[in-house]
Amino acid sequence: MTITQHQAGPLPAKLQLREDGSLRHFLSIEGLPRQTLIDILDTAESFVSVHAQSVKKVPLLRGKTVVNLFFEPSTRTRTTFELAAKRLSADVLNLNIATSATTKGESLLDTLRNIEAMFCDMFIVRHADSGAAHFIARHVAPHIAVLNAGDGQHAHPTQGMLDVFTIRKHKGDFTRLKVAIVGDILHSRVARSQIHALNILNTNEVRVIAPKTLLPADVEKLGVHVYHDMNEGLKDVDVVIMLRLQRERMQNALLPSEHEFFQFYGLTNERLKLAREDAIVMHPGPANRGVEIASDVADGPQSVILEQVSNGIAVRMAIMSMVMGAQQ
Amino acid sequence: MSILIQNGRVIDPANGVDEVTNLYIEDDRIVAVGDTPIDFEADETIDASGQWVIPGLVDLGARLREPGQEHKGTIASETRAAASAGITSIACLPNTDPAIDSPAAVDFVCQQAEDAGYAEVHVIGAMTQGLEGKALSDMAALKKMGCVGVSQQLTPGNDLQVLRNAMDYAASQGLTVYFHPEAYSLAEGGCAHEGAIATRMGLKSIPEAAETAALGVLIALVEQTGAHTHFCRLSTARGANMVRRARMDGLPVSADIAAHQAFLTEMDISDFNALCHVRPPLRTDRDMQALRDGLADGSIEVLCSDHQPHEADAKLAPFPATEPGISGLETLLPLALRLHEDDILSLEQAISLVTSKPARILGIDTGTLGKGKLANICILDPDHSWHFDSATMLSAGKNSPFDGWPFKGKVIRTMLAGETVYEA
Repeated sequence: MTITQHQAGPLPAKLQLREDGSLRHFLSIEGLPRQTLIDILDTAESFVSVHAQSVKKVPLLRGKTVVNLFFEPSTRTRTTFELAAKRLSADVLNLNIATSATTKGESLLDTLRNIEAMFCDMFIVRHADSGAAHFIARHVAPHIAVLNAGDGQHAHPTQGMLDVFTIRKHKGDFTRLKVAIVGDILHSRVARSQIHALNILNTNEVRVIAPKTLLPADVEKLGVHVYHDMNEGLKDVDVVIMLRLQRERMQNALLPSEHEFFQFYGLTNERLKLAREDAIVMHPGPANRGVEIASDVADGPQSVILEQVSNGIAVRMAIMSMVMGAQQ
Repeated sequence: MSILIQNGRVIDPANGVDEVTNLYIEDDRIVAVGDTPIDFEADETIDASGQWVIPGLVDLGARLREPGQEHKGTIASETRAAASAGITSIACLPNTDPAIDSPAAVDFVCQQAEDAGYAEVHVIGAMTQGLEGKALSDMAALKKMGCVGVSQQLTPGNDLQVLRNAMDYAASQGLTVYFHPEAYSLAEGGCAHEGAIATRMGLKSIPEAAETAALGVLIALVEQTGAHTHFCRLSTARGANMVRRARMDGLPVSADIAAHQAFLTEMDISDFNALCHVRPPLRTDRDMQALRDGLADGSIEVLCSDHQPHEADAKLAPFPATEPGISGLETLLPLALRLHEDDILSLEQAISLVTSKPARILGIDTGTLGKGKLANICILDPDHSWHFDSATMLSAGKNSPFDGWPFKGKVIRTMLAGETVYEA
């Protein structure tokens, strides 16, 4: 057969790397070289100390303008990006663009062109459509770097990186670790980014634990082992990552009730005992206490949930400085 | 006016003809193939040496966007594009705005096509008023106005009693029914095949069962009603199998696929390429191979353009926010010929898929080069190698994922009822 494939556009990994291998955009963890991930983690490490200084600023992005372009509401992610940019001495512009404004005639490209005209250097983009960050990266002026702060159900790569950063701080070597991700994998961009990051870093085993209605088709092809029984899935794991369960999942007949979910997939102290004794508990936030995680676990000694938030600043500083650094 | 097309390789699958010979046209009809008719004097002689003379193509599924979506295309712009691609007959679907559910709307479409003069346009009317799936349309009146069939997409309510009645009523009027087999609630909001690629990309997906569940219901209704039924745009291996079995059971069903389904798979969207956003979605390589097998063994009888022209903005958005569809008229013949070139189909098969077979299903008297037939003819240069360039498309919609694809064989003249409507 002589099918000549058409020339596909740049694949995600190619779109975000320069020819010399440095980061041009940060859109998705998938396809990035392991060394790039390690560089991000190491750079983030060097920024952790900045938090402790009395003057919490370094001048790496002085004179640069970073635009938080949020087409979908978010407090936590936007705030940590803003703090990260400010600690790098950048000017920050926050634009919360209600989705309704763009559906009222102004296309995403129109919005983009308008903001480009404000002489910006970096767009931090959150959008409800999968692929939005790639779309923007493909169409922005060449001097602008795009960071994906969450696109639909596709990717949330800075969250994925801060999670592996937190794991590395506590556990070190990934090749010996078993990590379980529990809950609504189907709708989770965070889970997808975590899975890619963990696999690129050669994690011994990545598990997903959920009923079939909350797992996407062929999820095992992402490189995970599937468990429907939480008690089985938690056995001997070093890291338990709980995902947020949105209430509308019940309305869409994906789950019978919050009560049943908590009973079979909620993380309680009793269930946590099935994991390794020194296992850490993570959650990308905001947690639904009593739905996917019991309060005493979220606030318990094994929880590193708040640490994740502060690590988010260092990791985002690292990624921003690497993307901009390559540009200078 | 009499025209002699001389020394071309005349390929007419319906009549089993494939030979270098002459074809004689008097006014709008073919009067002979082979021997010169008595008293024939050509006013014009077309030298077709080294060229193929095939029936004008019959496209069983195109959206011409009129009325209501003229910013995407008009009957004039799209039939002109069709003529340039060797297509002389087009069946258009009723899902315009408003839907083609009244004799007046049918008349409007036919009038626009006649005024443009590039191709025959045959209307598949709406099976229910406003395509809402609730009240039957005036099917007998639609037929009287020239509708070749009636069509319906499955609606949220999916009322089986209405569908059953519509099929019974259509059958009693001698109308073929056309269905896009897609179960509404399984497909709603989806934009990619449910599988590893959609999972990776985080795209809301459409499972195989959206097609097979709909086919199961519809085939049961065909068994009940006996209505002649055509399934539009199959996309799955299992769906193709269900149609194959139904045909073996002797049910009056037929099916087509969009030409792009024989060449593209879910892999083609893996870089968020919105030009490959189609409905039904591109599926797996296994599905694509099975659809090709279906074409080869005859259980899928028709290859159609599934033409859906769009303005540029419709594709300039994040993948899920783009509108589905490919501007397909101008790649229909190239892709059909490619199936032969790639040894999937014989030349005769490849040509019949886009000529005589769709004509038979539509019940229109064209798609062959027999004596007495309308002189709807496509002449092409089989050796001309070229690259498809979407910038030079004549369709108002340039949304083709085949930009840059190499093809062999190019249309050099299209004749509609004896008149040349396109010349390269």
